[in-house]
Amino acid sequence: MVATALSVKNIHKSFGSVEVLKGVSFEAKSGDVISLIGSSGSGKSTLLRCINYLETPDEGEISVSGEVIRTLKGKDGKLVAADKRQLEHIRTRLGMVFQSFNLWSHKTILENIIEGPMHVLGMTRKDAVGEAEVLMEKVGITPKRDHYPNQLSGGQQQRAAIARALAMKPDVMLFDEPTSALDPELVNEVLLVIKKLAEEGRTMVMVTHEMSLARDISSEVIFLHKGLVEERGAPSQVMRDPKSARLRQFLQMA
Amino acid sequence: METISNVVGFLPALIKATPLTLLLTAVAGVFGLVIGTFVALARLSTRRILSMPAYVFTFAFRGTPLLVQIYLIYYGLGQVLPGTWVRHSFLWPYLRDGLWYAIFALSLNQAAYNAEVIRGAIKAIPRGQIEAAKSIGMRSSMILRRITLPQALRSCLPVLTGDLIILLKTTSLASTITILEVMGTARMLQRQSLLIFEPLIAAGIIYFTVVFILTRVMNVVEKRLTRYRTAKA
Amino acid sequence: MEYYWQLLAWGGEGWGDDFAWGLVMTLQVSVVAYAVAVVFGLLGAAGKLSKHRLPRLLADIYTTVVRSLPELLVILLLYFSVASGAERLLKHFGLVAETFQFSSFWAAIIALAFVSGAFMTEVLRSAFLAVPPGQIEAAVSIGMRPRKVFTRIVLPQMMRHAVPGMGNLWLSITKESAIISVLGSFSELLYTGYRAAAGTKQYIFFYGLTAVLFLLITLVSALVIAQIERRLNRGHN
Repeated sequence: MVATALSVKNIHKSFGSVEVLKGVSFEAKSGDVISLIGSSGSGKSTLLRCINYLETPDEGEISVSGEVIRTLKGKDGKLVAADKRQLEHIRTRLGMVFQSFNLWSHKTILENIIEGPMHVLGMTRKDAVGEAEVLMEKVGITPKRDHYPNQLSGGQQQRAAIARALAMKPDVMLFDEPTSALDPELVNEVLLVIKKLAEEGRTMVMVTHEMSLARDISSEVIFLHKGLVEERGAPSQVMRDPKSARLRQFLQMA
Repeated sequence: METISNVVGFLPALIKATPLTLLLTAVAGVFGLVIGTFVALARLSTRRILSMPAYVFTFAFRGTPLLVQIYLIYYGLGQVLPGTWVRHSFLWPYLRDGLWYAIFALSLNQAAYNAEVIRGAIKAIPRGQIEAAKSIGMRSSMILRRITLPQALRSCLPVLTGDLIILLKTTSLASTITILEVMGTARMLQRQSLLIFEPLIAAGIIYFTVVFILTRVMNVVEKRLTRYRTAKA
Repeated sequence: MEYYWQLLAWGGEGWGDDFAWGLVMTLQVSVVAYAVAVVFGLLGAAGKLSKHRLPRLLADIYTTVVRSLPELLVILLLYFSVASGAERLLKHFGLVAETFQFSSFWAAIIALAFVSGAFMTEVLRSAFLAVPPGQIEAAVSIGMRPRKVFTRIVLPQMMRHAVPGMGNLWLSITKESAIISVLGSFSELLYTGYRAAAGTKQYIFFYGLTAVLFLLITLVSALVIAQIERRLNRGHN
């Protein structure tokens, strides 16, 4: 049982001439909930997307449950993933929940949830459906199992997306601003599900604007500013008594 | 009037030729779709060795008249093949009459037009759909098969349907290389009866009817395949 | 290699000049047919947008019928009917001598234009509908007369929306003009290719040449159309 579920070391990332991440590191032990906060442009979403290599970091190292994602120097001196199979395997251990849900529009909710287990993990349909039913119950969308995504409200879609990510039994769950695209009255149903997951002891890394969520469930809050970690620590410290002036300003406006 | 009874008199022969028109349409339609999908994927590839030939293919087949393509393939291959091993192979009986040349030309032409449409549809798929698939560790070939192509093909189905109807009409050009589909039969009836208009009018009735029916059929198919889009909550 | 250069020689045994004339003929036919197609298209669009039932019905029949039939069929039908019909009409009114033959050039033009006109109708109609009604209201409210409203406000704005479709139709007509080669009455590009190939048995060479020349027409046309589109879209980005 590896204690360190996720290790992120010295991540650098530029888009063209703009350097978005200038060397960010953090660690998540099993059961930790890490919240990444900061104003837009601070690089927090990019950092999260570097973890599962949806963005490829220019420099730095990611390891999941002790396994390091192998890289090579590509044509322009920047990193590329060395082994596609290894990357795909690691991705199965990371579950991502997107801001815009990204449920596959041509499949029903049930089909969305069993797609990964069946076609990536090789589960039989029977097993996959059985587990999907448990998950749908857990997030509360069982009545919608045979509906298509565009028939669901935003909150329902996001909860379905969470079930889809959970179906892969990941070691770490990644949340990219899960409630930012939701109408205010739908935010709560998603927050409840996320809180439940944290209570179960899941390892989670969350980019969020919901300060109350960060405060309530995080084991560590990391404040990013312009691509660097400005301040980090337990929520009780960082959010009630921030040392950095910028963080203080940020929390006032949030 | 005499004209009307003449027209009606030609209908049976033309109706007998209709299955051949439909065969040409179906076979060239399917080949066109399959080849077109491959060409579209090649066009989108980052490797120039794939994207360049694909571009040249679509440019050449969309930039020249179908009739020129038919002649080039029929007479051109007819000029070259007899001198090769093909003459003595099992393929020769197939390659002696015009049918397979017509199917070949129609398929490639259709593929070029389909490729452009499918390419646009693939590009239009929201990036998030692909990212969600990547994030659960799906490999590229599977993403293509289970996410990209199902969505792309369904989204451009109306245009592909329109192209299929156009294909149905352009099978009439096969008549120029001795194929006796509806148009070819009509021209043969012209020569036999020495009547100019009546066979053509009869052929017009056949085409009009077939197009009408095919359009309705494709509308139903479209509706069923794109249910996921218009389903109400 | 030598042989192929000989085939392309100008005049005499060579086909070079024939192809040059064929190219010119194809362009001629295309240009004139396109112009007539625009006329058919304007009439058709006006009919479809009309408040009265009869024009709308006629326009609908026009577009539906033409779009359901193969171009080859429509062209053959029209070619023969226009030629003989116009002949009979003109002779009936005693305007021409008994030996008059309606120009096959014009019969083919009208046939080609008739087919493209149906598609032109759609292009022009949707271009017209794309002009915001407010533009017309603003002009009318300052007392501008209907005809001026059309020429000074509606038409310029229509053109921006119509150009892509009209550009595609030009490309279509240049390719469709090859169909009239089956009539055997003109030395347009494909018929020339046909004669050259059949005469010399060099099918691949001459049909290949024909294809390349058509490709050239398409290429140059596409560049010109892109330029026109760019200029018309000034101030709209």
